[in-house]
Amino acid sequence: MNITITVNGSEHTAEVEPRTLLVQFLRDQLRLTGTNVGCDTSSCGACTVLVDGASVKSCTMFATQADGLFVETIEGIADDDGTLHLIQEAFRQHHGLQCGYCTPGMVMASLSLLNENPDPSEREVRTGLEGNLCRCTGYHNIVKAVLAAATGDPASEPSFTPVDLTTGARS
Amino acid sequence: MIPAAFEYVRADSPEAALDALAEHGDDAKLMAGGHSLIPMMKLRLAVPTVVVDIGRITRLSYIRDRGDHVAVGALTTHYEVETNDLLHAEVPLLAHAASHVGDLQVRHRGTIGGSLAHSDPAADLPAVLLALDATFVATGPGGVTRDIPAGEFFTGYFESSLAEGEMLTEIQIPKMAGAGWSFQKFNRRAQDWAIVGVAAVHGPDRTGIGLVNMGTTPLRASATEAALASGSDLADAAAVADEGTEPSADLHASVDYRRHLARVLVRRALEDASG
Ligand SMILES: Cc1cc2nc3c(=O)[nH]c(=O)nc-3n(C[C@H](O)[C@H](O)[C@H](O)COP(=O)(O)OP(=O)(O)OC[C@H]3O[C@@H](n4cnc5c(N)ncnc54)[C@H](O)[C@@H]3O)c2cc1C
Ligand code: FES
Ligand code: FES
Repeated sequence: MNITITVNGSEHTAEVEPRTLLVQFLRDQLRLTGTNVGCDTSSCGACTVLVDGASVKSCTMFATQADGLFVETIEGIADDDGTLHLIQEAFRQHHGLQCGYCTPGMVMASLSLLNENPDPSEREVRTGLEGNLCRCTGYHNIVKAVLAAATGDPASEPSFTPVDLTTGARS
Repeated sequence: MIPAAFEYVRADSPEAALDALAEHGDDAKLMAGGHSLIPMMKLRLAVPTVVVDIGRITRLSYIRDRGDHVAVGALTTHYEVETNDLLHAEVPLLAHAASHVGDLQVRHRGTIGGSLAHSDPAADLPAVLLALDATFVATGPGGVTRDIPAGEFFTGYFESSLAEGEMLTEIQIPKMAGAGWSFQKFNRRAQDWAIVGVAAVHGPDRTGIGLVNMGTTPLRASATEAALASGSDLADAAAVADEGTEPSADLHASVDYRRHLARVLVRRALEDASG
């Protein structure tokens, strides 16, 4: 079937099989390979993109369901001159990534989270990102990066009291 | 994982969806948010030949004050439910429980109607709506509507009393009128489904307790409700919470552990609701 999706501001019309997942359409048809597939079972969030501004797992949506809608991917958020988006810059400043596999999904999920809740608490960031798994960082630096981005200054040091995992107490 | 091929039909109105169901019968599946259906299609546990996408029927996405109850359109997403002021004021248990479904991405797509029609005993909202004595409105061929009390809706494992050719269009929830409430979801990791969950409303003139994952359908903790009605204290009433349930064992929990959790979580829920 014929669909038209606006991806990162440009309109794409294509013929797809109805069973084509949105992530396959983005990666295989548009060659936008920044969006990763981690689990392919709706769990890890690596495939997170925005559809009409809200984060979704693009492995759990058919491309047909995005027909006529606006999709944003990690490729679309930096400026044309290469200046990183505020959230990308905050991830860089706070070392919010190691291997980087989860990062496109983390950044897009954070973008949606901050759109909905511009001044989140640490807890709200953690629960807001619970659909995104990271096997490397242990999450602390990701949470810091999102809190820093929320202040508008990606290099700012958010006050941050990690939980002591042995006692559950705040250090 | 790639689902089997299917024909895609987008319905822009409830009428169009019902017509498509009438035309394709058994071979067709409605798709709302797709967050239960698509994972099942990817595993080929569901192999519909026609998928009727009802996700764009904006007419069925609303939350309205109807005096003694709040009406929620079947296509309203979990995110809309969790962030709605009217629901926070009048049916806080539902708004709160919706915020515990899956994760934010899931809640942006999944719908209340899809969650109920799917009738998964491990899902959160069915037990919540049972506890709240909600009424579900089904619309069938010719636009004929039928009211189904929540207590009669869930008939078996992933089975509901929706008839062939019918769709769920509205959920009506009596206002809680300030009654105490609690939602206890016990799981091991963020984002997980409940190993056992409890939704409770407990006020001077009504008590409703719903159990998640304690049988092939969502259940009421009837023994506890009866004990409370005959004057038992909270702890004694909670001690019989697993009576009449039939939980199954899986890699997360044995049958006995689930029964234990039900008793403990019902006690916590009643204490929380009374606090
Ligand atoms: C990663 C992940 C985590 C999740 N975690 C939880 C959780 O913790 N708790 C929880 O409760 N749920 C959870 N869910 C399920 C989620 O709540 C789904 O949104 C919900 O179960 C189905 O809603 P849907 O709109 O996506 O329905 P769909 O997947 O579109 O449909 C589900 C079924 O209902 C039928 N259907 C849909 N709408 C209607 C209608 N209006 N009338 C008649 N039939 C209809 C469809 O034909 C299909 O059979 C999770 C899902 C995922 C992917
Ligand atoms: S690849 Fe989509 S959630 Fe993991
Ligand atoms: S940085 Fe490696 S998975 Fe997150």
